[in-house]
Amino acid sequence: MQTRIGRRRLLFGTGGVVAGLGLAGLAGGSARADAAAVEAKIKEIVGDRTVQEGRITLDAPEIAENGNTVPVSVSVDSPMTADDHVQRVHVFADGNPRPDVCTFHFTPKNGEAWASTRIRLAKTQKVYALAEMSDGSVYLTSREVKVTIGGCGG
Amino acid sequence: MAKPKPRVRVPRKPVPKGEVITVKTLISHPMESGQRKDKKGNVIPRKIINRFEATYNGELVFAMDLHPAISANPYIAFNLRVDEAGELAFKWVDDDGSVYTKKAKIKVAS
Repeated sequence: MQTRIGRRRLLFGTGGVVAGLGLAGLAGGSARADAAAVEAKIKEIVGDRTVQEGRITLDAPEIAENGNTVPVSVSVDSPMTADDHVQRVHVFADGNPRPDVCTFHFTPKNGEAWASTRIRLAKTQKVYALAEMSDGSVYLTSREVKVTIGGCGG
Repeated sequence: MAKPKPRVRVPRKPVPKGEVITVKTLISHPMESGQRKDKKGNVIPRKIINRFEATYNGELVFAMDLHPAISANPYIAFNLRVDEAGELAFKWVDDDGSVYTKKAKIKVAS
């Protein structure tokens, strides 16, 4: 009896280790664009400017049931005049095959700096929005979106 | 593939001068990401709309660079301050160089 229980314990134990390895392998395989890739993209745009917080808002659902089409809006607190306006807002995601999502190009003619689209998210991940203002200042925000069914096919 | 069909929604009624309106656009397009494989394991080549532009009376008012992470049938909405009556012209550029266009008139309340 004693040995049989021991063997069973050993079996369960091994099973756990194998399953653990399998999961680790999967996670390793799907971690393609990561936070570091997004950071590098942001660095490329920002250069030696200082990234500030505030002014930019990223609207996305806390939980997205379908990662194939996740509604996302960005808005920036800006008077949108010829002298003081938002030029660009870049959107990145750190859990997709590639970090780039889109770039919105604004003009003072927009009146209010707001734009909306629908994006693909392969899994639960962080979405980033980086605003470039006409005076050269840059503002960054991010939020996590939980994804129930991943997009991007495959 | 069916030819992409662009659709645009702007206020039909005349807009008070200076008011900010929301312009909504949608185009039917698979936005093939280039990440998917077919049943034989071959990669399905990427084919997406990569650029969107909107002009008002000939002046560029809004543009967007799109990457494969944009959903199929891209929906794009933005704001426009209406200082004068005129015509919005929209342009979607495909990876294969095709350009799809659409126009919409904006009336101003007198």
